[in-house]
Amino acid sequence: MNKRSFLERFAAVPHTVWAVLFILAPLLFVVYFAFTDTYGNFTFDNITMLSSYTHIFVLSICFALIATAICLIIGYPLAYIISQLSPRRQKLLVVFLMLPMWISLLIRTYSLMAILDNGGLLNSLLVSLGLDKIKIVGTSGAVILGMVYDFLPYMVLPIYTSMSKLDKRYYEAAADLGCNSLKTLFRVTLPLSLPGVISGITMVFVPSISTFYISQKLGGGSFDLIGDTIERQFKNVSTYNIGAAISLVMMILILISVAVMNRFSDEDEGGMIV
Amino acid sequence: MKKLSHVYMWVVFALLYAPILVLVLFSFNRAGSLNHFSGFSLYWYRELFRDATALTALRNSLVLAVSSSLIATVIGTLAALGIDRTRSKFLKGSLTSVTNIPMMNPDIVTGVSMMLLFVAAASVPFLPVRFGFTTMLIAHTTFNLPYIILSVLPRFRQMDKHLREAALDLGCTPAKTFFKVELPAILPGIVSGLMIGFTLSLDDFVISHFVSSPDFQTLPLYVYNQTAHEIKYSMYALCALMVFAILALLLAVNFAGAKGEKKQKNGGAA
Repeated sequence: MNKRSFLERFAAVPHTVWAVLFILAPLLFVVYFAFTDTYGNFTFDNITMLSSYTHIFVLSICFALIATAICLIIGYPLAYIISQLSPRRQKLLVVFLMLPMWISLLIRTYSLMAILDNGGLLNSLLVSLGLDKIKIVGTSGAVILGMVYDFLPYMVLPIYTSMSKLDKRYYEAAADLGCNSLKTLFRVTLPLSLPGVISGITMVFVPSISTFYISQKLGGGSFDLIGDTIERQFKNVSTYNIGAAISLVMMILILISVAVMNRFSDEDEGGMIV
Repeated sequence: MKKLSHVYMWVVFALLYAPILVLVLFSFNRAGSLNHFSGFSLYWYRELFRDATALTALRNSLVLAVSSSLIATVIGTLAALGIDRTRSKFLKGSLTSVTNIPMMNPDIVTGVSMMLLFVAAASVPFLPVRFGFTTMLIAHTTFNLPYIILSVLPRFRQMDKHLREAALDLGCTPAKTFFKVELPAILPGIVSGLMIGFTLSLDDFVISHFVSSPDFQTLPLYVYNQTAHEIKYSMYALCALMVFAILALLLAVNFAGAKGEKKQKNGGAA
């Protein structure tokens, strides 16, 4: 047992090579492009130029934060309600919750547009009722609504998972010790489901802050988020460098916030079940 | 209170499903409008199947999903074995953290970073890098790998180590031990990893958007290009078909009982 076989010794080699070539090297190229000009000369210009994108960063962070907060407010009670059901119904509802996650984001956003668009279902309903049309697509509300709609399941599922792992005897103990159900919720359920909450926040915030399809479709082109900006820079060779700089800053921001968030939660809690 | 909470739950679910149902319903609307429903028809479906680009995109998507998930499964399973047997804590830790990077990073950054790698590689003489199937295959395999490793690695950990020793004591070679004892034990993890990889690859838009070329389009890229400017009702039909396919797949997985695998701890969506 002390000697590892040839297979065991070298099994991870293909993956290691792959990871170096296609995970680490690409990130190094982001750094390289961020610090060079189009001719490959070293420069800080891309980074200093980022100050003109400050409002985009602020707007994206605000949108993503609001969407994450709404998801949490809607999602936490939902996860709690599901976790209180009988095991069979829980299983069924988890499938219901996962189904939208497997449907392409493009389709979900597009279907939301079918309802909210100017000529969409909601407006034709309003017109047939003799009311005025309301402009939804193209407003900041529509973009945030799109984020909430697209990413809500990613908030509910990890919270539900950490709640369902919770030992039911804690509830009994809390009741025995004189907690009413509201007090139990705040003093038992809430602290113990925190890892799921953290995981849910990350899973909603990260795609929200980096999206470009949602803002393109539901923002009607009137909102420029980080995702849109990055996407635009990579359509043209001459702006690759500034695009790389924006990506680099966004990546660092996200990795820092994820690392900070993970300090609050236990390592292997709050996972997601398939 | 209990009743109220149930009402709340069903309202949220109804809102979650309403747009998708509208999309599916109106894909059968001959009129091609959201204003009135002029009767059930498969017109937009026929229209869709007349579009050769859509069919090519479907074929590309399937080829890419099958090949990238298979490659990732082979590399990822071996990696899980290697990580499980590595004694160096440092090696184990650094390998898992590097593997998890594509899962933590926003998809757009992963996509952009791979694009820059391929752009740089294309400028190297004698390196025949062209955007298209190869770059897509590399990118999809890369983002599938962490999910495969994450679903196989716990199986190695849960496995009774004595079984392996028994097999070795009874005269199995290490390779034979792997195929006769270990592989059956980790097989559920491999299967679920393969399926996760397949669906992720089929579903991916953001990363593909940056590493593909106009002559290699997948289904999500096709949808993106088609929905760029105007509403196309044949896209409703395509979306409805994709929803049906996913529903069938999810039901099949549930009935097959491949359950309870950790999909992801944390990570990239969309």
